[in-house]
Amino acid sequence: MEIKIPEVGESVREALLAKWFKKSGEVVKRDEPICEIETDKITLDLNADAAGVLAITVAEGTTVAVGTVIGSIAEAPGMSQTPATAEAPPVTAAGTEPASSPSVRREMREHGIRPDEVQGSGTGGRIIMEDLAARIEEKSSMPPVLGPAAVPPVIPVTVPAPASAPAIPAAAQASAVVVPMVRSEDAPQYSAAREERHPMSPLRKRIAERLVAARQQTAMLTTFNEADLTRIKALRSNYHDHFLQRHGIALGYMSFFVKACVEALKEFPTVNASIDGTDIVYHNFYDIGVAIGGEKGLVVPVLRNADGMKSYEIELAITGFAEKIKSNRLVISELEGGTFTISNGGVYGSMLSTPILNPPQSAVLGMHAIQDRPVVRDGQIVIRPMMYLALSYDHRIIDGREAVNFLKKVKEYIEEPEELLLEG
Amino acid sequence: MSENNIYDLIIVGAGPGGYVAAIRAAQLGMKVAIVEKRFAPGGVCLNEGCIPSKALLDSSELFAVARDKFALHGITIDPPRLDLNAMMTRKRSVVKKLSDGISYLFKKNAIERFHGSAVLKGVNAAGLQQVAVALAMQAPLPNGQQSLLDGTSASTVTLVAPKVVLAAGSEASALPGILFDGQVVVSAREALSFDQVPEHLIVAGGGFIGLELGSVWRRLGAQVTVMEMLPHILPNMDRQVAETLYRSLRKQGIQFKLSTRITGVRRIGAKAIVEFNSGSGAEESDCDKVLVAVGRRPLTEGLGCEEIGVTCDKAGRVIVDDAYQTSVPGVYAVGDLVAGPMLAHKASEEGVACVEQIAGMATRVEYDLIPGVVYTWPEASGVGLTEEQLTATDIPYRSGRFNFAALGRAHCMDETEGFVKILAHAESDRLLGVHIVGPRASDLIAEAAAVMSFGGTARDIALICHAHPTLPEAIREAALDLHKEAIHG
Repeated sequence: MEIKIPEVGESVREALLAKWFKKSGEVVKRDEPICEIETDKITLDLNADAAGVLAITVAEGTTVAVGTVIGSIAEAPGMSQTPATAEAPPVTAAGTEPASSPSVRREMREHGIRPDEVQGSGTGGRIIMEDLAARIEEKSSMPPVLGPAAVPPVIPVTVPAPASAPAIPAAAQASAVVVPMVRSEDAPQYSAAREERHPMSPLRKRIAERLVAARQQTAMLTTFNEADLTRIKALRSNYHDHFLQRHGIALGYMSFFVKACVEALKEFPTVNASIDGTDIVYHNFYDIGVAIGGEKGLVVPVLRNADGMKSYEIELAITGFAEKIKSNRLVISELEGGTFTISNGGVYGSMLSTPILNPPQSAVLGMHAIQDRPVVRDGQIVIRPMMYLALSYDHRIIDGREAVNFLKKVKEYIEEPEELLLEG
Repeated sequence: MSENNIYDLIIVGAGPGGYVAAIRAAQLGMKVAIVEKRFAPGGVCLNEGCIPSKALLDSSELFAVARDKFALHGITIDPPRLDLNAMMTRKRSVVKKLSDGISYLFKKNAIERFHGSAVLKGVNAAGLQQVAVALAMQAPLPNGQQSLLDGTSASTVTLVAPKVVLAAGSEASALPGILFDGQVVVSAREALSFDQVPEHLIVAGGGFIGLELGSVWRRLGAQVTVMEMLPHILPNMDRQVAETLYRSLRKQGIQFKLSTRITGVRRIGAKAIVEFNSGSGAEESDCDKVLVAVGRRPLTEGLGCEEIGVTCDKAGRVIVDDAYQTSVPGVYAVGDLVAGPMLAHKASEEGVACVEQIAGMATRVEYDLIPGVVYTWPEASGVGLTEEQLTATDIPYRSGRFNFAALGRAHCMDETEGFVKILAHAESDRLLGVHIVGPRASDLIAEAAAVMSFGGTARDIALICHAHPTLPEAIREAALDLHKEAIHG
């Protein structure tokens, strides 16, 4: 049985084979996780489709196209079937490694490229020199890969250059490869100890691309406000036990904010809209993305039709997302198509920040840490649990007035949660 | 210490490992010094190994052909007479030409030569490796004979460099308890320079050196007996190839005593009696010469390895890492000093890989693709895995074979002995090994090594157009046979 990189979403064409949990030749059980793949959107475990002996053909760390066979499971329990790869001699000749030529192999070693990282374009998948160009370019920003011989400390030698010195060809003198040998100032080790370089994972690359795109392709602006959470705190503590007993989940802040945002979005439809070319697309549904920090980066799963969700459903859904992220079980459909996003920097203790848009959405609400602060109520200075709110919005379709009023509305709903009841 | 003795690289030994490394290092811009005990560069390979033996193999082959085969080709001549002296003179001139060529290359690449013996002296205060060279003053001996240093020297000079490559090579191992005497019990060096054809030559060792030199003297008229401890000759070669060669050599009149242990040699004047045991009790045989070719051992003695902490394995080989660095940083070793087959081309590959890695390049020797050749007639060669190795490791393979007896060109040459065997992976069809016994097997193996280096398949060889009528067609036919498509098979 072949193990293939599965289809994980429409826009996902390749995945990083991040980790094999099993070795070639190991016995795997059916439905046992065998490897972890990372796409530009999510990380996910692949489970064994059958029980048998695993044979790995693609090494971890390799980026492969969706549909690529990365190994197989020999289903004949009892038969001591040793995969051919395990026994093959470590030569190019043996068979599993893509074919290449001696000069191509040296070039690959020089740039730290493994043969299985490269898609060969020659006959039968043979790697030819041209195939390496892209990989080399990718790696060229890394520190030079020195041969093991260059690793031990290189003692700088002052080579005397008397008139009788042997005539070294100018080209050879200028040749970069000779420099570390002859006149190095022990730079390689120096830098190696001071910094490390790792290629970005697909997920990180995607995050980077999207963030830069959000900055460059929108007219992003942020407006701020603050909310007094006295009432919500009281509600939570009053109904905590009851809620937990009834729904099996604690009542958190998120359900209040989701509901507050949904109500405010209903009043300010442009905040829930997006730009498509020269059109403004208004969404008559409220799919709210909730940003959740995972180990490998931020992901934003979406609460579908949040306007119809009850508080406990929202809390359950968010807890469910967090668990799926931890165990790499989130699927791509759960990430697609939000109309508005809530990002809670408060869980990390952020006092104030400007959240970044998640295009094509036009606005994102930033929640922050709740702090007891002195505020003025009825001419008196009192201490209240306060939270700064930030709304980043695309000024191309959302006017300042709308943005400010939207945020004020959210603030009101948070401060007076009873209103949500009346509105709902 | 004079600044003039500071180099980027010092190489000890100017054999195929050392001289090639020196030239490559110079090309890469290093200031190189090379120390060699012999007056002439080239090492054992050029002075008393590959080159002179091939010169004699070619000469003796022509003699045998003139004697035994001319009549068949319709050439009638008086029986040819051997002028051994002239044959040896030609051999020496071949060696001299090539040795002079290396000297020229040293000059051309501004490599400084030191004629003397080198001793590692560890690092100086500046952390540079020091090599003491006891300079030799001798001129070459008459007749172009090479003399090794006797230990006395005129003066000593100390060279320093951040890196030293040891390429001191190997010497013939003696049989246990039977010392070389340089006259009757000899190594390959002397067997290349006998002043007359021995009546009976006993060769100890059925490896390639013994078989090649045995062939030389057999063709020139000697009675030759090869004694081998193992039950077969050429233990590392593909069994079918070795068996075919064994039968052919026996047909040529070489006698074999396999599973035979030589227990002693008694000198009687200019002759000797070899005592041996083939399993049925002690036996004796008279002979003029005993060529001991039972293997070679690394020449690490006197280099100062132990003194500076260069470690060796149990077999006396210097232990090196992938970059050929020894246990002492800055000291490297290549060729016969380190593990692996003791072949000139392997040493040269390592010399290049070593200095290129020193220069920061990622060169590696692809050990699985080093061809091995036996220059008997027919010749035998192989690259990659043998059928025995494939069977032992359970690699699924297919085999294709083509006999020279079905090849047009082989008939024209009247050289129809032998075959080409191609082994390819059963699934991927990638070549795993190619083994040849037959005419010019030494040259034919190059195609196999090239295709294997490119990860080629049996199908690839089958699809390459081979000129007709030539010997390489046999390789193509064998590749076709692997898929049961041989046209002439």
